[in-house]
Amino acid sequence: MNGQIQNPLTVALAGQPNVGKSTVFNMLTGLDQHVGNWPGKTVEQKTGEFAHHDRPIRLVDLPGTYSLTANSEEERVARDYLIRERPDVVIVVVNAAALERNLYLLAELLALPVRVVVGLNMLDVAEQQGIHVEPHVLEAALGAPVVPLVACRNQGLGELMDAVERLAAAPGAFKPNRPAIRAAHRPVLQEIHTLIAGHVPRPYPEDWFALKLLEGDAEITDRLRQAAPEAWERVHVLLRQHEDAYLDIAGGRYEWIGRMVRAAVVHPRAGAVTLTDRLDRIATHPLWGLALLVGIFGLVFWLTYTVALPVVNWLDGVVVSGLSEGLRTILAAAPGWLSGLIVDGITGGAGTVLTFLPILVIFFAALGVLEDVGYFARAAYVMDRFMHWMGLHGKSCLPMFLGFGCNVPAVMGCRIVEDRRARLLTILLTPLVPCTGRLAVITFLAPAFFGRAAMFASWGLVAVNLIILALIGIAINRLVFKGAYTAFIMEMPLYHLPNARTIGLFVWHNTWAFVKKAGTIILVASVIVWGLSTLPGGDVERSLLAGLGRALAPVGRLMGLGDWRLIVALLTSLVAKENTIATLGILFGAGGPGSGLAQQVAGVLTPPAALAFLVVQMLFIPCVATVAVIRQETGVWKWTALSVALQLALSLAVGVTVYQVGRLL
Amino acid sequence: MQSSASKRQDQVPPKTLSDLPVGTHGVVRGLCGGREFIGRVAVLGFTVGAKVTAIQNYGRGPIIVAVRDTRVALGRGEAAKIQVEVMRDT
Repeated sequence: MNGQIQNPLTVALAGQPNVGKSTVFNMLTGLDQHVGNWPGKTVEQKTGEFAHHDRPIRLVDLPGTYSLTANSEEERVARDYLIRERPDVVIVVVNAAALERNLYLLAELLALPVRVVVGLNMLDVAEQQGIHVEPHVLEAALGAPVVPLVACRNQGLGELMDAVERLAAAPGAFKPNRPAIRAAHRPVLQEIHTLIAGHVPRPYPEDWFALKLLEGDAEITDRLRQAAPEAWERVHVLLRQHEDAYLDIAGGRYEWIGRMVRAAVVHPRAGAVTLTDRLDRIATHPLWGLALLVGIFGLVFWLTYTVALPVVNWLDGVVVSGLSEGLRTILAAAPGWLSGLIVDGITGGAGTVLTFLPILVIFFAALGVLEDVGYFARAAYVMDRFMHWMGLHGKSCLPMFLGFGCNVPAVMGCRIVEDRRARLLTILLTPLVPCTGRLAVITFLAPAFFGRAAMFASWGLVAVNLIILALIGIAINRLVFKGAYTAFIMEMPLYHLPNARTIGLFVWHNTWAFVKKAGTIILVASVIVWGLSTLPGGDVERSLLAGLGRALAPVGRLMGLGDWRLIVALLTSLVAKENTIATLGILFGAGGPGSGLAQQVAGVLTPPAALAFLVVQMLFIPCVATVAVIRQETGVWKWTALSVALQLALSLAVGVTVYQVGRLL
Repeated sequence: MQSSASKRQDQVPPKTLSDLPVGTHGVVRGLCGGREFIGRVAVLGFTVGAKVTAIQNYGRGPIIVAVRDTRVALGRGEAAKIQVEVMRDT
């Protein structure tokens, strides 16, 4: 410590998936982190600031990638950052239990002019697997600092930052053992190098550029074609004769890794059966695995609703009602419209929506545990064979699981699907997963509609919803994508004990999207809906909203929903699905949910119409916040419009069918 | 059951990862498929000469293999693009 203010260090954090990289990031930065997107990309960017020995440090979390080849947007983002921004030091976090595979990223990093510190994480997990790693031996082989870590227990992070500081202070001393390519391809690499000399666009390093050309990297090839067409012609001819180079270069990197770890790693005797293997015998079994998946999800829902519903009812009945009463008293002297706007519009709209927060917190906490212990990958594996019917693979299931909580983070979660076509289809299908809002409407109305059969009817509605999702997926795959198929390649991480901090951040992350939309989009929309329901005269019955509902009544009649109030309730679900209840409350003049509102609504509906109403409510256009993220994630209005049109058509068609068939029975 | 002694004399049909029975080891001999596919699996450690072990293979649906100390799930179609030589048990 010298007490002086020093220049901040910029440190990039790299690592493959499942190495505990986010734990390292969270432990180092605490909650002092900024989460956004990389400019112009749908790839999450996290940065954080902290001080180490009074030295300010800016930590940039690179996307978790297996390599630095332009296979995915994440990989392009990561390498562009390293090449353009030139961080002072790069920390590469590796999982000691899967060292060889993890060092592949290091092998790629060392082809760039960067200074690297290796964070050897999960040493405890490796020991459990019977794998013993000697950090000093590995350090000597690599010629780069290696720091042992158990990040989840906050061990070794201080030493890691000491190593970063030392490397930044003496950059010239960094002389790592860099992987070289196999002899067979050395002459052609040299030839490419000569051909492109002087033609490499800035700021790419020439050595690296030549290597990526030989690997057949699509982005780098394009860069050269644009920057130097003549050089490209000659390089292209050469590359045509060496199309097999990539596999050979990758093989060469693994040979280099083999030499690096030979002395440093002691493996267990072959054939040792680990805990992960034993658990996977059930969790990934075609039959038991599926039974387990259904059981786990049943449990998650049971837990969520058993624990959260009393809290939600308390928030709604005591907190929101109390707040409304209080505000009404305070605003008694204010003009009627102001009190209406604040009490009925804002508190009744956005406030009511926020009462669903406990459901989301508990649901995402349960999912967070499943994700953190490593179960998500197994769920994706079990579902893979079913997803194939839609031309998707197992990974597309993961955002859909999130969808049962809230469709907004679910649509953002579709980023994990690598292939663009499959990602678009997953984004289109995810809003068909019934979210908390929709499930809440069902839970509220079903007992009044179906009496003792309510439980059965609710599960039936969810099942029908999911069957429709599958049918739409199959149809789109056949008609639009002509049965194209994407590769399923997914790492199955080792099972490990959950970390409270990681789960906490998972919950925070997924719930925050919901809170943000309640504070912005839903707030604005609540005010608009309230305005439409009072203007022009202040009387709901003669308001603009009522007029709209009456105008649409002929369509509603096809589904047995001739009452304009029901149509308006459906329309306001565009703001937020759970708004249906709030709107019905206003229009039926009930004191609020709970005072027989469900029975009043049931009174104006025949059984087939009641069923049609719930079906339409489930399948109707996604809420505005979901539509907004669909636009953000697909980047095109066409897909957004298609998504809205699809669900509108679907809900009307199924609603009419249910009502008309139900009437005949 | 095809690898009877007489059959081994003939040309053995090239095996792929999707034919590897649970618990057996193999060595990767080659990859077919597009550049993108090869890129993705080679990075995960499926390079020529890599040792693989079938962890799960039910004859249909995806499979799980161990490669370079990690477990990787692959669709059956993807596994069929990875040629392996079955190793005798040690």
